[in-house]
Amino acid sequence: MSVDTTPQTAAARTPAAGNMSRLAFRMRDYGIVAALVIIVIALSVSTDTFLTSGNLVNLLDQTAVLGLLATGATICIISGVFDLTASATLALSAIIGVQVGRVTDVYVGFAAAAVAGALLGFVTGTVVVRSGVNSFVGTLATSLVYRGLAVMVTGGAIVYPLTQSAETFGMLTWPSLFGLTSATIMFVVVVAILAVVVSRTTFGRRLYAVGGNAEAARLSGIRVGSIHVTAFMISGVCSALAGLILASRAGSAQSTMATGMELTAIAAAVVGGTSILGGEGAVWRALVGALLLTLIGNGFNLLGWDTIYQQVLQGLLILFAVTMDRWLRKRTR
Amino acid sequence: MSSQKAPSIAVRGVGKSYSGVSVLRDIDLDIAPGEVHGLVGENGAGKSTLLKILGGAIRADAGTLSFDGEQVTVGSPRDSIAHGISLISQEGALVPALSVLDNVFLARWSHRGGLVSARSDRKRLAALLETTGFSVDPDVRVDTLPIGVQQQVEILRSLARGARVIAMDEPTAVLAEHEKDNLLALIRKLAAGGTTIILVSHFLEEVLSVADRITVLRDGALIRTVDASDTSPRELVGHMVGREIDVLYPDPQPVPEGAPVVLSARNLRRGLVNGVDLQVRSGEILGIAGLVGSGRTETLRLLFGADKPVEGVVEVDGAALAAHTPRAAMAAGVAMVPESRKEQGLVMQRSVAENVALSSLSGRRSGPFVKRPAEKTAVGEISKSVDIRAANPEAPIETLSGGNQQKALFAKWLLRKPKVLLIDEPTRGVDVAAKTQIHHLITGLAADGMAVVCVSSEIEELLALSHRVLVLRHGEPVGEFPRGTTPEVVVAAAFGSHEGEPS
Repeated sequence: MSVDTTPQTAAARTPAAGNMSRLAFRMRDYGIVAALVIIVIALSVSTDTFLTSGNLVNLLDQTAVLGLLATGATICIISGVFDLTASATLALSAIIGVQVGRVTDVYVGFAAAAVAGALLGFVTGTVVVRSGVNSFVGTLATSLVYRGLAVMVTGGAIVYPLTQSAETFGMLTWPSLFGLTSATIMFVVVVAILAVVVSRTTFGRRLYAVGGNAEAARLSGIRVGSIHVTAFMISGVCSALAGLILASRAGSAQSTMATGMELTAIAAAVVGGTSILGGEGAVWRALVGALLLTLIGNGFNLLGWDTIYQQVLQGLLILFAVTMDRWLRKRTR
Repeated sequence: MSSQKAPSIAVRGVGKSYSGVSVLRDIDLDIAPGEVHGLVGENGAGKSTLLKILGGAIRADAGTLSFDGEQVTVGSPRDSIAHGISLISQEGALVPALSVLDNVFLARWSHRGGLVSARSDRKRLAALLETTGFSVDPDVRVDTLPIGVQQQVEILRSLARGARVIAMDEPTAVLAEHEKDNLLALIRKLAAGGTTIILVSHFLEEVLSVADRITVLRDGALIRTVDASDTSPRELVGHMVGREIDVLYPDPQPVPEGAPVVLSARNLRRGLVNGVDLQVRSGEILGIAGLVGSGRTETLRLLFGADKPVEGVVEVDGAALAAHTPRAAMAAGVAMVPESRKEQGLVMQRSVAENVALSSLSGRRSGPFVKRPAEKTAVGEISKSVDIRAANPEAPIETLSGGNQQKALFAKWLLRKPKVLLIDEPTRGVDVAAKTQIHHLITGLAADGMAVVCVSSEIEELLALSHRVLVLRHGEPVGEFPRGTTPEVVVAAAFGSHEGEPS
């Protein structure tokens, strides 16, 4: 290349600019972690109960359900779609898990729930991709169908495992490694696997590309539809596992389980710093967002504050997180 | 230009920086009423920033602005509209679902007792149409109009707001040849009527033909303001890049005797495209020329399978493509650099490296995992060979200049080592230096045996790069011209003013 014009000025200018913008990127990347650390420190100092192993085990156990849903939501959002079926899928697959468990055994029932989650995700994804309807509307409608199916299957009643297997059914509440509950272990393992899938695999790369610019992805030879269906399937499995945790805790499942929680999951994803515009975000952010929202509840408990204010604070936190994200984004551009 | 009257716009010491990096500094500029003032410079020189400051879209950090001799503070688009400044940006600012009438009087509708009075707006619009000589149906939705007409709607809006200064950012970039001429004629007419026009453009001949004076910016500084009557494109480019450079195009190497046909298409049809046949040999650059709407871009998209042809065959090395999809075309060794890198080419918020690697991910994986060291090496090598200048390959690609983004787009496809490269607008929105680099890149690829099909609205570029030029009109080939044909002949064929003779 013979012509060579800008390098002198460009080279003189970029190092400083690079450092500045990299600093701003860091702020945007890890600001939310700083917020988490600050809340943890504040609670550790202001209460003597926060840093007890009992409370921490409890906290992680409480985070598991929201964390799984937020992870599914994050993966969908990265790929540029919303999955509003999450909580309906959760209920329907938990019910399927209990019912299959009644006729076979608990383990087969659990496996059936996970498979049901994947299948429901496949259906949701196919509906959204094939119909070409905006995912927000498409999954909203699909979620009504799933809730309705859950009511039909149960006749509106609570379903229980067989009495002799009730104890095994509660296994996800049992303590396990490091005294953590089995639910926590399952949650951590699943999230770790998904974090690797998203950040290290070719699928992960395609996920970001599809969410960032679907047309550019298609013209780069990526099957946009199957990436979306896969994202919905992952979200479906996450929902099913979250459903099993709730059912295992309650010793039963019902059609109204976790109603509205799909929105909390999306909120957790966003609080963690995943952009709702798609193409950006990470699985660990879902974890941070879920922890942060759960911590607020935990803190209210420990500090003996009136839980009346809890939702207000959560709402303000979400607004704050999104505003900060927007502000930092503007500055770096 | 007389300096007796107060200047329409006086800029003093204006500067702007982002996170400590100055993008505009110490600009002093006077523009007289009724003057057409050209603003030129490479991408990143600060032209758009200056326009946005005048238009109130961004605030200057330093300096003052005076309009008609009166110093003012401009903090928002609302302020500058109030001062009679109107900015017509590159992207356009129309509300797609509203009618022409509503867009022209957007937020300035005539009203009586809180009710919009369409009748009085209609009268005002009719008067404006008469002065400008435009003919637009007031009641159609603007998103159904061709882009050139949409731009007219924006100009009408500026006039409806009583703009005394109209600043246009790259107004001709999206226009076809005859639309450009109309626009330039209108600019002269408006200026003759006393409206001040500021024109930012990459097309120097255009600026020279219409402007009274021209200001050159480089790296955020004002280099020189010259009278258009005593300068030349070469001198302007010299000021833009800091020294005179050779704006000559590289010559493609002749296609070797007996080079095999790599890409051939027969009877392609869909929408605008109405029976296109073409053949490209190894080492050959085929240019496709035509007016906007002639089916140039659409033909490339059919070749690549971005759209499915209703009829027709595409063959690579004599074998028909397995399917009309990008994946099948890619598998056969076809690549396409699309028309709009922002909308079709790049994932703007992802990194340079991720974008470059995107179309060849499967080539560097073990199981489901990306082989990251191999990717780093491959991306590093190709970036170096096309000369992508990125401080950090992990930075989002939107932080790069247009030229570097375009080079990254080429790099993404070159990593696949394609046999056929389809290029739509190789240098749109790219600065002069990068443009020359891209021209050398294209001729170099052809010299190495690649078959290239290139579409460009810049007729000089197309004629300089191509071995052969195919002209489309209404989706049909109307002529094929060998190297050395003059632009006039090709443009005439594109307009259908005489029958092109197949060579």
